[in-house]
Amino acid sequence: MAKKKVDAVLAWRDLELGMAITDPGSSAQLKTGDWRSQHPVVDHEKCIKCGLCWIYCPDMAYSPGKEGYYDWNGDYCKGCGICASECPKGVITMVMEEE
Amino acid sequence: MGKKIGIEVSIAVSEAVRAADVDLIAAYPITPQTHIVEHLSELVADGKLDAEFVPVESEHSAMSLCIGSSAAGARTYTATSSQGLALMHEIVWIAPALRMPIVMTLVNRSMSGPISIWNDHSDVMSERDCCWIQTFAENGQEAFDLTLHAFKVAEHPDVLLPVMVNLDGFTLSHVIEPIELMTQAEAGKYLKPYEPTMRLDTKQPVTMGGVGIPAVYTEAKKQYETAITASKKVILDAWKEFGEVYGRKYKPIETYKTKGAEIVLMTMGSISETAMTAIDLMRDKGISVGLMRFRLWRPFPLQEFRRAVKNISVLAVVDRAISYGSQGGPVFMEVRSALYDQEVRPQVFGFVAGLGGRDVTVDMFEDIVSKASKYAEKGKGPVYEMIGVREK
Ligand code: SF4
Ligand code: SF4
Repeated sequence: MAKKKVDAVLAWRDLELGMAITDPGSSAQLKTGDWRSQHPVVDHEKCIKCGLCWIYCPDMAYSPGKEGYYDWNGDYCKGCGICASECPKGVITMVMEEE
Repeated sequence: MGKKIGIEVSIAVSEAVRAADVDLIAAYPITPQTHIVEHLSELVADGKLDAEFVPVESEHSAMSLCIGSSAAGARTYTATSSQGLALMHEIVWIAPALRMPIVMTLVNRSMSGPISIWNDHSDVMSERDCCWIQTFAENGQEAFDLTLHAFKVAEHPDVLLPVMVNLDGFTLSHVIEPIELMTQAEAGKYLKPYEPTMRLDTKQPVTMGGVGIPAVYTEAKKQYETAITASKKVILDAWKEFGEVYGRKYKPIETYKTKGAEIVLMTMGSISETAMTAIDLMRDKGISVGLMRFRLWRPFPLQEFRRAVKNISVLAVVDRAISYGSQGGPVFMEVRSALYDQEVRPQVFGFVAGLGGRDVTVDMFEDIVSKASKYAEKGKGPVYEMIGVREK
């Protein structure tokens, strides 16, 4: 089986049999962030670095970053607002995307 | 080859599954499919068939398990009827989408309600758009042969789609007929071991059944549609080879006394036997009738159908299922649609008969033919008509 990059815009003939995904770990290549209508903004001044945003995010949009903070990755965030609702300090604000 | 023995058609179908040397059977018993899976379960328990028999807790599980088994590269079989198929429905669509060459016998039974265990085609017609290849047996030998054919077609690398072999509940499944069975060695002359193109394999991991986001869902559908349309060539080749090996020849559409016939009946499944008797009797009376029946229903044999009706002026389609609130039975609608852009085409009249186990008798066929002839003369008839409804 040829190793193929997962690309959501493949022509139909290039799809694997039965839409199988033959390249493990390929979901990282599928950027889903453009579905979003809003995104979280973290106030690092008040963040206590508890990591709950990282744990709760269903799309793994946060990852541990410098100095114990969590970096947000807009390629995958779908704007669900779970992080904002779970943050114990209430330091995450959801901001509407620009048109 | 072996000699013909008198055997119940259901048992013969399980013997075909045994001859096909399946690896796994997952099934839930339901009337009138029961004898098939009971016998298979006995064959496995008695060590006469080296396969896993999984007595699942529902048909939904049966088809789910069949997909897992087929994905692992095993030759996989199940059987069901009406409500069982309905419970399976969700997974029935997934099997072809994952390109799993599962073979299923559908012992046709009407859909409830009212509750009915008897025969018609409402179960299969509810699943006609799901990308399964679908064939219809008229008699016991055909049910046996189509089962072997189903594995051959399903597992072909150019197909890799599930196949549903339809046989009428009770009127075919429970009758005893003279049938020539085969051993695994005899079937092996035709049916080679399954070699999966893709399978679950820890050395070469794949994800099956991922999400089809809007950007790719349409392309996936195009793949399935292309596959089932292209499968017709393999279906025909596999019938040709079957004829070469065993001497019994099959084609997508069967005809009986259609040459020069003024009116041609169109049927599917076991009522075709009664239809042939009716035709013989009507011919004796000087009525010029013939019969045509679909053996292959999906993919729809369009070219073969158009060729078969070329010199026919009146077609009376007998549906064994109703499509509520539409313009006729499913077969009638497709047949009429297949002819729409033909310059020369027969007049087509639709009849719905034999619902929920109501016998379709010789008299009914005579009634249908006389009605069709009357409508043809007038140049029009009702959109479609239910036959044998008691008015008082
Ligand atoms: S809004 Fe939802 S998806 Fe985006 S980072 Fe927060 S939890 Fe994750
Ligand atoms: S949940 Fe809130 S406080 Fe905790 S790490 Fe995330 S932003 Fe900081």
